Amino acid sequence: MTEKTPRSLRLGVAGPVGTGKSSVIATLCRHLRDEFALGVITNDIYTDEDARFLKSAGVLPEERIRAVETGACPHTAIRDDVTMNLMAVEDMERDFAPLDIVLVESGGDNLTATFSPALVDAQLFVLDVAGGGDVARKGGPGIARADLLIINKIDLGPHVDVDVAQMVADAEGAREGKPVLALSRKHPDTIEKLCDWVRQLHAAHAAGHHTPVDPGPMAPHHHPHDSNHAHGHSHD
Amino acid sequence: MARAAGGSAALLLLADGRLPAGGYAHSGGLEPAVTAGRITDMAGVERFLIGRAETAGLTAAAFAAAACSRAARDDLSDLSGLEAELDARIPSPELRTVSRNLGRQLRRAMAGIHPHPHYATLGAAPHQPIVMGVAAAVLGLGPRDAALAILHETNSGAAAAAAKVLRVDPFEVHAILARMADRLDRLAGEAAAAAAGPACDLPAPASPLADIAAEHHRRTHVRLFAS
Amino acid sequence: MYVSSPPEPVGLANRMTARAALATELSGGASRIRALRSDGPLVLRPSHPKGAEPLTHRRPDVARVSLAAGTAGPLGGDDYALSIHVGGGSTLVLQEVSAMLVLPGATGGRSRTAVDIRVESGATFVWWPEPIIAAHRCDHEHDIRIEIAPDARMILREEAILGRHGEMPGDFASRLRITRGGLPLYDQRLRFGPGAEGADGPAILGDAGAVGSVIVVDPVWVDDAPPALPFHRDAARTPLAGPAVAIAAIAADSLALRRLLSRGVQDLGAPWAA
Repeated sequence: MTEKTPRSLRLGVAGPVGTGKSSVIATLCRHLRDEFALGVITNDIYTDEDARFLKSAGVLPEERIRAVETGACPHTAIRDDVTMNLMAVEDMERDFAPLDIVLVESGGDNLTATFSPALVDAQLFVLDVAGGGDVARKGGPGIARADLLIINKIDLGPHVDVDVAQMVADAEGAREGKPVLALSRKHPDTIEKLCDWVRQLHAAHAAGHHTPVDPGPMAPHHHPHDSNHAHGHSHD
Repeated sequence: MARAAGGSAALLLLADGRLPAGGYAHSGGLEPAVTAGRITDMAGVERFLIGRAETAGLTAAAFAAAACSRAARDDLSDLSGLEAELDARIPSPELRTVSRNLGRQLRRAMAGIHPHPHYATLGAAPHQPIVMGVAAAVLGLGPRDAALAILHETNSGAAAAAAKVLRVDPFEVHAILARMADRLDRLAGEAAAAAAGPACDLPAPASPLADIAAEHHRRTHVRLFAS
Repeated sequence: MYVSSPPEPVGLANRMTARAALATELSGGASRIRALRSDGPLVLRPSHPKGAEPLTHRRPDVARVSLAAGTAGPLGGDDYALSIHVGGGSTLVLQEVSAMLVLPGATGGRSRTAVDIRVESGATFVWWPEPIIAAHRCDHEHDIRIEIAPDARMILREEAILGRHGEMPGDFASRLRITRGGLPLYDQRLRFGPGAEGADGPAILGDAGAVGSVIVVDPVWVDDAPPALPFHRDAARTPLAGPAVAIAAIAADSLALRRLLSRGVQDLGAPWAA
């Protein structure tokens, strides 16, 4: 898509159910709402639970949080048939113009769901330590190639017997140098790093320097060779 | 803009549930009927689908056919009249909203897939059958094709939803669709015939339970489908 | 026009054609009956309030007419037409003496009832009939057309019972089309009986023995109609695409149906609640 008129940065937030996607979005809204004009689209499997959560959290005016019902197909709504989400984003951009950033939260599904580049300019993939320390090593398109991988709830590491440093190292190994962020809402420095990443992304988008990258569909499983890429060159 | 070879492939494109227009989020009233306890088995699914095809299906088909014949003549001057006639045939505001949401989505998708100036003239939130009729005309299809496309899309969509809200054998679901094939052909013929007459005489079959259940569904906290 | 043509010649034995008409006007601050023409089985009579009335609440200054059936029927082959004109500013309350039983005729064939209604500017029309019972093997087409002026008010009830006690209904179709200022407001054709496939299924009527609705049109609702309200598993109030609501219900029998519809009307509050 060649878009000449400046429009908002569309940022997707994907990841398995329960890893804290809504909480990451709430955090971003709280910390960035004074700098940027924001809107949020949530996708739910059942009704509009996530939109309700964000509205009740009071992180944005209620009308800037809208829900898309996905008919129990959250992966379809962000990948194969993005029309509902695309229209929700476009409506939001029109109703609150000019918006700087629209955050699109996928319905918590599984490790393989990623956003289509037809819908978002960039995407976060959220894992958490409570989901198990080996999840990052398992790879998949979101873990390997999302613009930013978040390892969330790192404060819980000791309670669930997960070595956070090892999990981050595994994730970095799976990502060929793409960024990994260890996050906890109890550690303000990690939140500031997340916000900085979004600020830089927005600046690149606004300047026309950002090129959306498709993490791609479900990755083939070929673990034996993964280690070859563990120390790949760093870019971005 | 009629197609020499009958346009069968274009018709399949338009009727395909995989057309990216967001139809998968809806069960066509099947989930509301299951929630209300009115469908518990495959016999109930079949009776539901037959009743729906004969009512909401026929209405949608007739309006799609009517919009198609107008668009094929490049005469969209009374599409707002068709919209008003269709509104009058849908007592439930929830179902009117669903129809308009699906219409917007279909237009958004088709305007990207196969652009045509007609799409820009359809108003802010056109009903799904109207957009389907215009899309059919733009693809070189006729009124009966437009009717068949929306009958097939809405029928198979509701049937597919059965697999998510009931314990069903997917082969049985398609057996129902196979048994309904002649019915959809007949309804498409009726719709196309009606579309040749004035808009006020288009079919207006009532389905009170569909209206009542749709309003309950909107207020149900836990649901898989938007409608 | 409310003055109908003379009865047509009876083509076949036992088939009845009837053309009745009724008109009201506002005169000296009160509504009065301007024309009242009964025909055969369609017997129109000035009447007194009969039970609770929505909106008019048994007021004495309205025109009140009762429709009674002079014979059994309609039977198969019968053709009834009633024309109603509610003149500018007047108020008409039309009620019925008893339920209408639709029966098959000796020679078969379809029976028809057509009601054509005009509600003029500033007028009020209250139509509070009794149920229509579709008897076994009947074949009936009921067709009601109403044109209402944009500043007129109306409330009407329609109830259909699927067969007499313990019997399966015959074929029955009832169309109600309302236009307001010439634009469509409500158009529904309900069908049931052996010829209406799927009507007894979960998309249309289920196993209901009775179905009905109340339609209310009030110009004060132009910007703000009462919101949708599903008030029972089998009943809902729905705002139409215009200053009007439909209250629809299905029920096991006529008594239960009446209860649901009455509740829907009561929920509208003043001035509609009976």
